[in-house]
Amino acid sequence: MSTVQLLSTLALVAVSMLLSSWQRLKLEKEIGYATLRTFVQLLAIGYVLSYVFSFNRWYATVAILVAMTLIAAQNAARRGRGIPGAFGRVLLAIALGEGVTLALMLVLHIIAGSPRFLIPVAGMILGNCMVASGLVLNRLKDEIRLRSAEVEAALALGASPRQAIEQVLKGAVRSGMIPTIDSMKTVGLVSLPGMMTGTILAGADPLLAVRYQIMVMLMLSAATTIASISLAMVIYQSFFNRAEQLVLPQAGAHPAGAAGR
Amino acid sequence: MISGQRSDRREWEDPQNAFFLDHISREIPHPGEFGTAAHSAGEEQATSNSVPTPRRLRILHDITACIPASQITCVVGPSGAGKSSLLRLLNRLDSPTSGTIYWRGRSLESYPVRQLRRQVGMLFQFPHLFEGTVEQNVLFGPRLQPSSTSQADGAARQPQATGPALVAELLRMVGLPAELAGRSTEKLSGGEAARVALARALANQPQVLLLDEPTASLDVASRREIEQLILRLQRESGLTVVWVSHDLEQAARVADRVMVIEHGELTAFGRPDVILPAFETQLEADRR
Repeated sequence: MSTVQLLSTLALVAVSMLLSSWQRLKLEKEIGYATLRTFVQLLAIGYVLSYVFSFNRWYATVAILVAMTLIAAQNAARRGRGIPGAFGRVLLAIALGEGVTLALMLVLHIIAGSPRFLIPVAGMILGNCMVASGLVLNRLKDEIRLRSAEVEAALALGASPRQAIEQVLKGAVRSGMIPTIDSMKTVGLVSLPGMMTGTILAGADPLLAVRYQIMVMLMLSAATTIASISLAMVIYQSFFNRAEQLVLPQAGAHPAGAAGR
Repeated sequence: MISGQRSDRREWEDPQNAFFLDHISREIPHPGEFGTAAHSAGEEQATSNSVPTPRRLRILHDITACIPASQITCVVGPSGAGKSSLLRLLNRLDSPTSGTIYWRGRSLESYPVRQLRRQVGMLFQFPHLFEGTVEQNVLFGPRLQPSSTSQADGAARQPQATGPALVAELLRMVGLPAELAGRSTEKLSGGEAARVALARALANQPQVLLLDEPTASLDVASRREIEQLILRLQRESGLTVVWVSHDLEQAARVADRVMVIEHGELTAFGRPDVILPAFETQLEADRR
């Protein structure tokens, strides 16, 4: 795509701005600002990526992957506000989902170990793990409140925190995984995924694009499963104190010294 | 009345006492804007006099009392007085902010918490049955522990049956037919669910049963039935029962001892025929 063609796409922005002003939505400034950010952010990352691709050193690739992972974890952990230690645990879960999936694909020679493959693939994985982790946290926070009596009934029967919260955790893990599974079921029928569309527009054979898309879908299902389950396994402890008492998020600190052995 | 009495160091060793509460207080942080302190019964009626720091709510204040073994102690008082909060301390679902609770001569903290909770069973206002069948619920406790069925001491009340036989035996104890074992808990009536919850608690062979108004959500007929059932089980097995009730008539029917909790403080303790009439007179006076 030439620069002239790219700039011509601003006509699309003009259309939405005109519609906004006609309907008095007062979104013209927003749209303009968002357009500017789209240009700046994407062009910047484009330059960064082309530099990293040509630089082609493992440590540069790793640095970018780490930065992306931290940003994804930071974003997902916002859904867990009020849960102590949410960021660290989300980071662990997302890194695990990303790491295992990437390692498996490298070992099986599905993708090559060059930044040209690793960075975009990791970006897709991270985006999905981020959404899945956010859903798990959201659901967990709601469910633990709704079902606290059930959890305490189990504790009162001598259950460990893990045993007491098991049903709640299962629900949360499922809600993290279901969007990915649903999209696997409807892909190609309802939507053509962005990556496939991009590949086809860039001139690739649709059959080749489809092969890559299948790889992407399966890799995302693996990554979100790993992230959701590992997040559930490490986050549930945040809801209990050392005396194995249920502590709901945002209830503030438990009375100091109350938790014995 | 032993409210305010100084704790005698010997009392917690007396085998006639199941629990000894030594100057128990509980404060909680002020609930946030989402009102998360859902368990704290006393949140809207914190004590009228001085609160230590502005950000803390006083739920229970300086309670010292003995709870006799193998008897039924009823905890009565206005709603929000802290009755349930007190009960939740006895199986360590919550901990006191200050003071010590002794059970059978040892502080609660000295028991492994899961073992303590198995021996100090609890029934809540609602049955809170788990998804699944009646059998799965009743066997929840026994299945938690590895095969070691040997309990510490006392309370060897049940035959050492396992699986279906144990379920049938427990259902019989609470007056339910054995055929109910396979039924989904969603298809139970209120009275049946309360009985299943009782059977689930008894499956752990507890020595103490904490009852947090277990009959309050039932209709009058089932309420009397469950009450009779608990009375019978207690007489047969010598369970120690601590029974929170807002129903003074019920307390008069079942209690060996009565504890009155008001504004988080213990205001009376003793025989029901002495305590309850006085408390009722006082309530009448308050109403005017």
